[in-house]
Amino acid sequence: MKPMLVLIAILAAGAPLCAAWALDPARLTDPALQARYEVLIHELRCVQCENSTLADSDAWIANDVRRQIREMLTAGKSDQEIKTYLVSRYSEFILFRPTYSWRNAWLWLLPVVLLLLGVSVAVRIIKQRTRLVDNDDADVLPS
Amino acid sequence: MSPRFLIPLGVFAALVVVLAVGINHSPEVGVLQSPLVGHQIPDWELPILTDPTKTLGSRQLKGQWYVLNYWGTWCIACREEHAALLAAQRDARVQIIGVDWKTDNPTEDSDALEWLAKLGNPYSQVVSDHDGRTAINLGIAAAPESFLVNPEGVIVFKQPMGITPEVWKREFLSRLPPHSTVPPATPGAS
Repeated sequence: MKPMLVLIAILAAGAPLCAAWALDPARLTDPALQARYEVLIHELRCVQCENSTLADSDAWIANDVRRQIREMLTAGKSDQEIKTYLVSRYSEFILFRPTYSWRNAWLWLLPVVLLLLGVSVAVRIIKQRTRLVDNDDADVLPS
Repeated sequence: MSPRFLIPLGVFAALVVVLAVGINHSPEVGVLQSPLVGHQIPDWELPILTDPTKTLGSRQLKGQWYVLNYWGTWCIACREEHAALLAAQRDARVQIIGVDWKTDNPTEDSDALEWLAKLGNPYSQVVSDHDGRTAINLGIAAAPESFLVNPEGVIVFKQPMGITPEVWKREFLSRLPPHSTVPPATPGAS
């Protein structure tokens, strides 16, 4: 058990370090642009590695797409223009946060529906149990 | 006992149906469907590998069918694809334009020439994408990827992975006009 705890401690201590090891040393001179850049690369997918964002992928294509984003930002493009361009080339798959449309409305609504369903089931069960306890005096321990 | 005990069973059955449809209809894992299919290929113009003072681009290829094949000598899947491309070239139904994608290999140009000399050259022309800008503009995620472009410049098909003899027959040859042939080599523009 102890080695496991030590391992977890080491990993936990290392996690912030990983974030600090920038894969991407490039910086935009304008801090406002740099801030928008940071947000964008965390919202867009690396098209090769697929489950990493552009920010945490060291794949060559991620490097090139990051450069493309920096160039578009410097050229005065809006975040939406940059996203629209990349979606037009790589499909909506490149967005980690899918856009809301009728086609994928279920994706957004299903969790809410399931949550409401779960809450209603839970409420019914709790009510039923409360009633049972009230009516059942066989369980009451003799004092 | 009321039929209410059937409700979880029904929910489970519905879930099975949803997941089965999802699995069967989702594109192959790791494969992006290009939104460019059915649209004009984004304009591209790249230097010719053997003579970088000249370029070849989408404008010069207007009026001709062509396959645009992204590859690189660093790409293992491209090596596997190579034999199928050589066989496709022997069919002589459509010209194959190779785009040698440099990425981070500093000696990619000379490596590419060596590759073609050693393994055979399936391409009518080979151009170089040195800075990867054209790759992004064409929505390339990973080599090999290939487009089939018609004489109007419209992408009629994209193969998001290596070409195999089966894929060549099923997806490329089937879309070409019945008696298509490779046109005489397109000269590069200076």
